[in-house]
Amino acid sequence: MSRLFAHFRRYIPALLLQLVAIFLMVAATLELPDAMARVINQGVLKHDNALIWRAGGLMLLLALGAAAASAVSGLLAARIATGFARDVREAVFAKVESFSLAEFHKFSTASLITRSTNDVQQLQMVLVMLLRMALMAPFMGVWAIIKAYRAAPSMTWIMGLAIAILVSFIAALFGLAIPRYRRLQTLVDKLNLVTREILTGLRVIRAFNRERFEEAKFDGVNSDLMRLNLTLNRLMMLMQPVMLLTLNLAVLAIVWSGAHLIDLSRLQVGDMLAFMQYAMQAIMGFLLLTFIFMLVPRASVSGGRIAEVLNTEITVVDPASPAVPPKRGGRVDFDRVTFAYAGAEEPVLRDVSFTALPGQTTAIVGSTGSGKSTLINLIPRLYDPTRGTVCIDGADVRSMRLEDVYARIGYVPQRGILFSGTVESNIRYGAPEAPQEALDSAVEIAQAREFVETTPEGYVAPISQRGTNVSGGQRQRLSIARAIVRDPEIYIFDDSFSALDFRTDAMLRQALRGATRDKTVIIVAQRIGTIINADKIVVLDEGRIVGEGTHRELMETCEVYREIALSQLSERELAGGGRLAEVTA
Amino acid sequence: MSASKPAPPQRPQGQAAGPGPFGRGPSPMGMMMPGQKPRNFRKTMRQLLTYLRPFRVSIAVVVVFAIGSTLASILGPRILGNMTNQIVNDMLARARTHSHVPFHYALLMRIAIELVVLYVFSAICSYIQGWMMTGISQRVTYTFRRDISLKIGRLPLRYFDRRTHGEVLSRVVNDVDTVSQTLNQSLMQIITSVTMIVGVLTMMLIISWELTLVALVTLPLSFILLGAIVGRSQRFFKQQQEQLGRLNGHVEEMYGGHAVMKVFNGEARSVAAFRVINEQLYTSGWKAQFLSGLLFPLISFVGNLGFVGVTVAGGWLAIRGRVNIGDIQAFIQYVNQFNQPIIQIANSASILQSTAAAAERVFEFLAEEEEIQTEKIVASPTVGPIEFDHVHFGYDPEKVVIDDFTASAAPGQRVAIVGPTGAGKTTMVNLLMRFYDVNGGSIRIDGIDTRNMSRQDVRAMFGMVLQDTWLFNGTIRDNLAYGKPEASEAEIVEAAKAAHADHFIRALPKGYDMVLDEEASNISQGEKQLLTIARAMLVKTPMLILDEATSSVDTRTEVLIQQAMDRLMKGKTAFIIAHRLSTIRNADLILVMREGNIVEHGTHEELLAKNGFYADLYNSQFLAPAV
Repeated sequence: MSRLFAHFRRYIPALLLQLVAIFLMVAATLELPDAMARVINQGVLKHDNALIWRAGGLMLLLALGAAAASAVSGLLAARIATGFARDVREAVFAKVESFSLAEFHKFSTASLITRSTNDVQQLQMVLVMLLRMALMAPFMGVWAIIKAYRAAPSMTWIMGLAIAILVSFIAALFGLAIPRYRRLQTLVDKLNLVTREILTGLRVIRAFNRERFEEAKFDGVNSDLMRLNLTLNRLMMLMQPVMLLTLNLAVLAIVWSGAHLIDLSRLQVGDMLAFMQYAMQAIMGFLLLTFIFMLVPRASVSGGRIAEVLNTEITVVDPASPAVPPKRGGRVDFDRVTFAYAGAEEPVLRDVSFTALPGQTTAIVGSTGSGKSTLINLIPRLYDPTRGTVCIDGADVRSMRLEDVYARIGYVPQRGILFSGTVESNIRYGAPEAPQEALDSAVEIAQAREFVETTPEGYVAPISQRGTNVSGGQRQRLSIARAIVRDPEIYIFDDSFSALDFRTDAMLRQALRGATRDKTVIIVAQRIGTIINADKIVVLDEGRIVGEGTHRELMETCEVYREIALSQLSERELAGGGRLAEVTA
Repeated sequence: MSASKPAPPQRPQGQAAGPGPFGRGPSPMGMMMPGQKPRNFRKTMRQLLTYLRPFRVSIAVVVVFAIGSTLASILGPRILGNMTNQIVNDMLARARTHSHVPFHYALLMRIAIELVVLYVFSAICSYIQGWMMTGISQRVTYTFRRDISLKIGRLPLRYFDRRTHGEVLSRVVNDVDTVSQTLNQSLMQIITSVTMIVGVLTMMLIISWELTLVALVTLPLSFILLGAIVGRSQRFFKQQQEQLGRLNGHVEEMYGGHAVMKVFNGEARSVAAFRVINEQLYTSGWKAQFLSGLLFPLISFVGNLGFVGVTVAGGWLAIRGRVNIGDIQAFIQYVNQFNQPIIQIANSASILQSTAAAAERVFEFLAEEEEIQTEKIVASPTVGPIEFDHVHFGYDPEKVVIDDFTASAAPGQRVAIVGPTGAGKTTMVNLLMRFYDVNGGSIRIDGIDTRNMSRQDVRAMFGMVLQDTWLFNGTIRDNLAYGKPEASEAEIVEAAKAAHADHFIRALPKGYDMVLDEEASNISQGEKQLLTIARAMLVKTPMLILDEATSSVDTRTEVLIQQAMDRLMKGKTAFIIAHRLSTIRNADLILVMREGNIVEHGTHEELLAKNGFYADLYNSQFLAPAV
């Protein structure tokens, strides 16, 4: 949490100023009943007209002063809370952006989004409330009690009793209610779940004619929700009548004991009326405080979640004295690399060694969970290996600056990930300075020209968030073009062709061959057809390399490879190798 | 119609229903936020009243109790004032006579008891009113949700395919919730506020019309101030909402593409873009907070003005003997009480508006056109051929995707549907299962037009395994028996064995009793696929619809899935969304789809001989060498 407070430090002067404003406001507000008491005691009872007017003028000034001080306090509260939220939000975002996948993997994406947005909003909301009310409440409460005590010490017990009753009543009520609110939240979640399930499963539900069953399931949750809401509402509805009753009885008690004090000439009527006002203010102050304290746990949950992000140590960092190896075509070496996710029992990769040479295509195959994606993520340092080294052009990637490593790599992820903007802004994402010709040729190679040219806006066609306004195949082609524009030494395709239909896949690979002639190309693939002609195929099984060679070699020597291949192609087709079409047609 | 469609509310989903510990309450903040406006307020309110009709007697009783609950606030200050007056009179009498006249404690006691009775009575009334109103509002909420759930079952798939699930979900959860809260709190608040205002005003007038005038002079002032602030702050709240949306969008996008952002050196640019939005959010944020926060000092300022006015004018009038000190005291209490109901009434307009907007969306949903239920129920035919007879179909009547398609499949035959991604291969599934009906021509099973059968009967003839492996939150056993709840344990295990699922199910922590969680993420995609095959296996149907796509499944599981599918197809008329060459080549009929249309159909050899789109598609698959 201390990092959070560090962000608050710059607002301390503003906070002090706000305390002064609140102090003035409370002082002015609590001076009002005094003036009223004078109007009654000296004005009315002693028939002094002039005093009434004078006191009236003073009261007007006090009211104005209180309002002004309160407005200033509100302004400061708003600026402090939103300013603090802004700073924290930026700190969290910048921190997350600097995460490697290792840190990212520790949280889920959804959780990181919540922490950067909702949790900060939550914090801001509670902070505004705290600044605006919680600071005022104790001032108001305590000062009102002091004033009341001075006006009539023997009646202060009434106030104390009323406050004690109300605070303990509310605490008890919340004690009963909060566990039920938690249950309510689970029920609401369940209602969401059941409804979502019905909506996503409509086809299956109808195919199996189970509509009645689903309706009954929904009705079960719906009824539970109704019953719990009834209990809960009926519990919470006690609050208002009890509060009002206590307040009313307190005032009555004041008048009743006031009568006795007046009888004994120990109290003036005006002071009794003033005491009533103080009592109201004091009770309200403490009630406010009680409510606000209920908010704090919520904020502290959010604060804790934010602090967790800020305190995360980043594992992948720039070296102190970075090496800049000369570019030698992007040779990639894995030397006895082992990698385990933090906290995992078993490593994902074990003792992996291989070399990907410039001018060659190196393919990586294996079943899901065999570690293919993890392996290629080690090249751009999205993770660092647990043991062993990954080298580019002969230098350990950990000895180079991150930006320098990134600049050598053209990476095409599994799913075509685009950012909002235009077609052009996406293609240029990795190379903002690239000339138009580079753009055109990248689009051509990525088989995206037809798509770019047929849309009326061409390059400036808008791309919505995550690129949802274009098809999966088009997203994939644009993300390939994005990698080509950078003209990198090393191309990494993480199963990038499976969103394309066979036809486009084939044409794209044909075109890519020219563009990547003297580059190092590393492809992760599911389809054997995609990699059948690769220069080298690395077969991974449960994190180990179990085969390395060409398609033909592996068909002879590698059991795992043969199994994968056989599940996709018929034996006859496999024998035909690259000239399959002639065989079947 | 889409142009004027109200946006779904921005509230996060899964928020607790009913008033939270800090529920809406009588906070003045409500009117600061720009509310949503219904298109037809009167009509919606009338519809809402129909839902309340069964409770009209109870509501009448609630209103009586609601009025009773205000009595303490209306009569209390006046009676308490009389008590003070009595004390002052006793005191003055003592001063006048310069003798120790005893106070009239008996009289004071009587007034005090009167007050205690009044206070307690009021509190009880208030609680009974809340108790009853909660009962009514929760029952109405329940009915709303039930009606929506039944409606979901009767709407055609066409409706859902055009909307996001979130949109429907938001109606079930959030919109109903908004209506529920209003019924629960705001409705009675409006009634009690009006009663309070009328009652308090009457009492004030009875005591002194001059003081009433002084107290009321401040009212227009508060309205002017209020109006000035509300308009401005709404503008900033709207801005803040928009910027928050943009900020969240940026965050989601960047976190979603974290690896890409990193490798393409986008970190500094991403943070810079964030900073710009964040700064804008800060500016509109503090302005919105400040302006809405001004309301509180302003209201208390106006309250204080009333207090000052009453004190001064009261003092002046008291000297002249026109009012008593107890009256001033009563007036101060009344002025305090006057503010809140007025804010509530001012608030209620916007609350009613947003309630009507929410209710309108619910009613709109309930009024959507339903699937026409087929009246004629034809006995299930024996399994015969399936014929497509001059079928015309389009999701939009103007945009025909299937134009005059004629073909047939004999019992036991296999029909492969092929085409590139996004070619509309699921259209055939939609038509066969009658998720959609044909626009022209007919689909006949054993010579009977499927539109003359009930949808249930048509669907009962088909088993279905789709790529989207929908399983529900429940045990594996219940999921397997989904299509045949009465299935015996032996039958379930037999189906699981046939689908190669028995082995891995038994390896799971609780075997067949393991509960699949929300996204069924505790088993792999391939295992889910096997479960859906087993589920279809259990229901012995003469016909089958199958999607072969097994992406993101590891190769060994894929082999199991294929074997299971082959076993499932045995002896059935099968429609297969095909991905495997062997399936396609061995099919009795191939339907080739492109951009929604069936462009070619025939057997593998026939289609290759044609040298058209299919031949092109087929050959391209292995033609090009790897990169």
